[in-house]
Amino acid sequence: MLEVRDLHVAYGEVRVLHGVSLTVQRGELVAVIGANGAGKTTMMKSILGLVTPDAGDIRWNGQSLMRVPPWARAAAGIGYVPEGRRVFPGLTVEQNLRMGAYPVRNPREVQAGIDEVYALFPRLAERRRQRAGTLSGGEQQMLAIGRALMNRPRLLLIDEVSMGLMPIMVQRAFDIVKSLHEQGMTILLVEQNARQALAVADRGYVLELGRIVLAGTAAQLQSDPRVQAAYLGGGSGGFHDGRPRA
Amino acid sequence: MAIPAYYVTVGIVTGIYIILALSLNIITGFAGQPNLGHAAFFGIGAYTLAILTTQFGMSFWLALLAAAVASGAVGSILGLISLRVREDFLAITTIGINFVVVSIFLYHPFFGQAFGIGGIPAPSLFGVAFGRTGFLALVAAAVLLVVWVSRRIEGSWFGLALESLREDEAAAEAAGIDTRRFKVIAFTLGTALAGLAGGIYASFMTFISPGDFTFPLSITILCMAVVGGLGTIRGPVAGAVILSLAPEIFRFVMDYRLLVYGGLLVLMMRVQPTGLLGRDSVLVRRWQRLIAHRRRPLSAS
Ligand SMILES: Nc1ncnc2c1ncn2[C@@H]1O[C@H](COP(=O)(O)OP(=O)(O)OP(=O)(O)O)[C@@H](O)[C@H]1O
Ligand SMILES: [Mg+2]
Repeated sequence: MLEVRDLHVAYGEVRVLHGVSLTVQRGELVAVIGANGAGKTTMMKSILGLVTPDAGDIRWNGQSLMRVPPWARAAAGIGYVPEGRRVFPGLTVEQNLRMGAYPVRNPREVQAGIDEVYALFPRLAERRRQRAGTLSGGEQQMLAIGRALMNRPRLLLIDEVSMGLMPIMVQRAFDIVKSLHEQGMTILLVEQNARQALAVADRGYVLELGRIVLAGTAAQLQSDPRVQAAYLGGGSGGFHDGRPRA
Repeated sequence: MAIPAYYVTVGIVTGIYIILALSLNIITGFAGQPNLGHAAFFGIGAYTLAILTTQFGMSFWLALLAAAVASGAVGSILGLISLRVREDFLAITTIGINFVVVSIFLYHPFFGQAFGIGGIPAPSLFGVAFGRTGFLALVAAAVLLVVWVSRRIEGSWFGLALESLREDEAAAEAAGIDTRRFKVIAFTLGTALAGLAGGIYASFMTFISPGDFTFPLSITILCMAVVGGLGTIRGPVAGAVILSLAPEIFRFVMDYRLLVYGGLLVLMMRVQPTGLLGRDSVLVRRWQRLIAHRRRPLSAS
């Protein structure tokens, strides 16, 4: 469904991705794990077209996306939940959801979409007239996911669903991702939180300093000693799952 | 009509300011794009109508349409430029456009240079030329048109798209919105309406010169929209009314208008960035609380 081939991206002189390749098949939940600054967000933005790669190719159902602007990629079925819950802060919850349905625009379908999102996140229904900027972090994350779902995407890109959330909300966020996947959504997830990400994913990649250094099924990665040492808190200490180790 | 001529004139001028503030509001309020040169588009409309009616004998109504089209055409070029430059640089570019347009009026013989253009005819309808009251009616109709256009935008997908691009361009793109197209449309529409105001102004004044369209006027228009509340409709209308009546009362303001309006802009940004009547402004919240207070006993019973 999605194929990223040998992607090179630089910001000016600073080269961030050095030939990243990965694939996502229909119905899969694929996790890309990597530390701060590994280039995860850059990779997601390239897939959506928000940054322009220097080399490589991104293919969507066999067609190259390289000359397709971001809005058209979104309209073609790529949903994006940006890092740090970038909702439209000055718009109400419901306006945010409407915006997500911009490519659809048919009033009945839009309303159906809104009702579905409210069914999924009753909290948002209670706050439909509230400005998104005044929502809590967890609520904003729900809204960001809801907004992406409004366009009925065929692939959902999720950038750090757990970032900046309280531990209890982190669990809830991953539960949502998992249930979307179980309902048939194809998902590409990038995460620092390797433990949780690999727990829900089918397959995974490890991104280090702009290179894919490991790939495999989630189970293979979970049992890989290098992954355990670097990302699962097995050897080196760390706070990778968002809370201090006991 | 028994309304004294002075009040009719003040009404006409105020109406023209309302159109200018609301048209700028489409670009700067709804779409969030800086424009510090709106007076240039007012001027392009005015000169277009002046030249077409005095030199080519075109009818007022056709020339008015041409004024809006000419202004909107130049505005769309500014819109295209806005796609290529950063926001701060765009602000400077719009100032530059204001200066360039005024210099062309000032130095090119075709535009009458410093003398400007005089003898611009008044519109006529069914063979009767407009007097002051006729102009007042025309301005009122134009104000209603611009308010109607603004309201249509507010409730539409187009309006929502503009708002989202104002809030977060990348997120808007990610939501499937062609932000580039909407920016250009916003610039085109806003400048075309300023051109419309310019055409009416030229005909009403019968005489225009480059000094009518300089940078201080751009700041005045921006100030009106900001003071009232960018991004709403009531805000720029109220701002235009307040700031066009104030100099009538405090004449001395005119001599220092750039200073006064510049200071006012800075002050508003500091203490009430949403404007007097903008969303979540102090006045609006007070009002809403007052209404909520009044209603409570009813709903409680
Ligand atoms: N707009 C930019 N201009 C210049 N450098 C950038 C820009 N965005 C990111 N970078 C750099 O690119 C590198 C990768 O950043 P990126 O945001 O892709 O990492 P990440 O894996 O998402 O990190 P995190 O886990 O902290 O979100 C970093 O070194 C960062 O400083
Ligand atoms: Mg990131």
